[in-house]
Amino acid sequence: MAGKAAQRQRRITQLAVALVILALPLAAGALGAAWVRTLAFAALYVMLALGLNIVVGFAGLLDLGYIAFYAVGAYTFALLASPHLTDNFPAIAAAFPGGLHVPIWYAIPLGAGIAAGFGVLLGAPVLKLRGDYLAIVTLGFGEIIRIFLNNLNRPLNLTNGPQGINLIDPVRIGGISFDRPLDVLGLHLTSPQLYYYLFAALAALSVLVCSRLQDSRLGRAWMAIREDEIAAKAMGINVRNVKLLAFALGATFGGVAGTMFGAFQGFVSPESFSLMESVIVLSMVVLGGLGHIPGVIFGAVLLAVFPEVLRHTVAPVQEMLFGRTLIDAEVLRMLLYGIALVVIMLYRPRGLWPAPLHGTARVAPGAPAVPPVPGGAAP
Amino acid sequence: MSTAGEPGLRPGAADALLQVAGISRRFGGLQALSDVGVTIARGQIYGLIGPNGAGKTTFFNVITGLVRPDAGSFVLDGKPYEPTAVHRVAAAGIARTFQNIRLFSEMTALENVMVGRHVRTRSGALAAVLRTRAARAEEAAIRVRAQELLDYVGIGSLGHLRARTLSYGDQRRLEIARALATEPKLLALDEPAAGMNGTEKLELRRLLERVRTDGVTILLIEHDVKLVMGLCDRVTVLDEGRVIKEGEPAQVQRDPAVIEAYLGRAHAPA
Repeated sequence: MAGKAAQRQRRITQLAVALVILALPLAAGALGAAWVRTLAFAALYVMLALGLNIVVGFAGLLDLGYIAFYAVGAYTFALLASPHLTDNFPAIAAAFPGGLHVPIWYAIPLGAGIAAGFGVLLGAPVLKLRGDYLAIVTLGFGEIIRIFLNNLNRPLNLTNGPQGINLIDPVRIGGISFDRPLDVLGLHLTSPQLYYYLFAALAALSVLVCSRLQDSRLGRAWMAIREDEIAAKAMGINVRNVKLLAFALGATFGGVAGTMFGAFQGFVSPESFSLMESVIVLSMVVLGGLGHIPGVIFGAVLLAVFPEVLRHTVAPVQEMLFGRTLIDAEVLRMLLYGIALVVIMLYRPRGLWPAPLHGTARVAPGAPAVPPVPGGAAP
Repeated sequence: MSTAGEPGLRPGAADALLQVAGISRRFGGLQALSDVGVTIARGQIYGLIGPNGAGKTTFFNVITGLVRPDAGSFVLDGKPYEPTAVHRVAAAGIARTFQNIRLFSEMTALENVMVGRHVRTRSGALAAVLRTRAARAEEAAIRVRAQELLDYVGIGSLGHLRARTLSYGDQRRLEIARALATEPKLLALDEPAAGMNGTEKLELRRLLERVRTDGVTILLIEHDVKLVMGLCDRVTVLDEGRVIKEGEPAQVQRDPAVIEAYLGRAHAPA
């Protein structure tokens, strides 16, 4: 059977991809810890891009403030697992004499839930907006969150303002603290490698959740709204609820990724959540392939690793060619981003790895073969 | 359709599926509809005709909830309904197609019809993520039903194609299949034959007759007088937002007011 062969081929591909994902940090570890950190961040960006893809790719709602949910997740964990609150509020210090150390298993759902709440908060007032107008309001929302974080150090010091929050607990799971190296199965895993595996697992979970949502009744409702909102309404889709659900679920991914970011860095400050970050995550989605999960992952990894590659190559190459560094890597990065986006829009407007075109629609595995209906059934 | 003869219905209207009365709607200085009423009996194909700008589409948009009326009463299948939200009208049992086809163009034909099942199914986000037994069963049922409906309208082999790649006539059929997927009591079609050639019109007519036979009442807006006269059981003629005649096609066709409305305005700008 052709179907079986195709399925086996898919299994083999999946296995190969899984092996590469597992082996990658070990190989990168040989090059240096910075590369492993980059890989860990790439996994976080995959989560972010997948979350944004629900809003922008599936439901077609342009969101330029997505990084706000990342910030919400990061600050949630920062406040719940650092000495900041106990240092500033005697009442809290009295209530938690041992300090606030909310375990990660509570922090993840909490970060996700609070971010989802903010997602609804953003979604509710913008339900009637589309396109450019929606983009501007969401951009404003992202900035509002950042500015709040920047200024909520007075009169009550909630966020410690621009200095950010320090000394955030690392992830601890079952007695393993992720900030220390671990020897397991004869392997010596460094802290970034441990985080990488955690983030990769979460990213894989995100892929599963996203692909299941995509092939569901809800996923179809999102796409119907994206394609034609009026027709979607006429089909009985409650557009308001379905849009809010897109904002909330998208934000959830941002919240979880943010929690992980806080734990990984041990430090959060408002400058990590600038508009530029929102734009970069959106670029990942658009560059990779709007609404196409493999494309989005590809875009996220590409844009997360690319600056690091530049940082390591630009200066040496220029030294070699001209004897000195003419252009800074950071400057060159923005230039290349700009060029890349223009070229993509001109030549591959659907992204580098878009969803397959007509005639190749997915058929869900296990879907029963549809027998021809003689004479048709009565509706 | 067992709800016929429910208590609360006016006598003599026992077989009425849709009763709307006193609908008015003003757009700025234009009185698009004034005191329009229609009673559609169960199992009928009901035609709504009139010259350009007569208010047909506005009327259509009012009963399907796209446009809010200034006044009017609405009863569907013995139950009053408020056409205040489009999705609730669909849930109540009115499905519609659009004058300028509105398909989900980047989705496949099958997926389009599957979206039509949304209002009659219930799996939520959590069930989808966990892929529960109920959600899988529902998903499979949606798929089977959608394919049946594609077969029913005669485009069963085109399910895997993106909607926008279908031919014009097939897109019209797909829109009807998608509307039927919502299990409507009333199927409301806004100029379904627009832009069709003779053969396609004939096929459309057969399809609509079959839909009626299978128990769905049809409301039809149409420009093609021949199609309306041949297909409809009853016809209402609108002109300048008012009902000028209501009756059987043959009567209506001979009515002087109707003839005047059409011929008298045929050369005036629409």
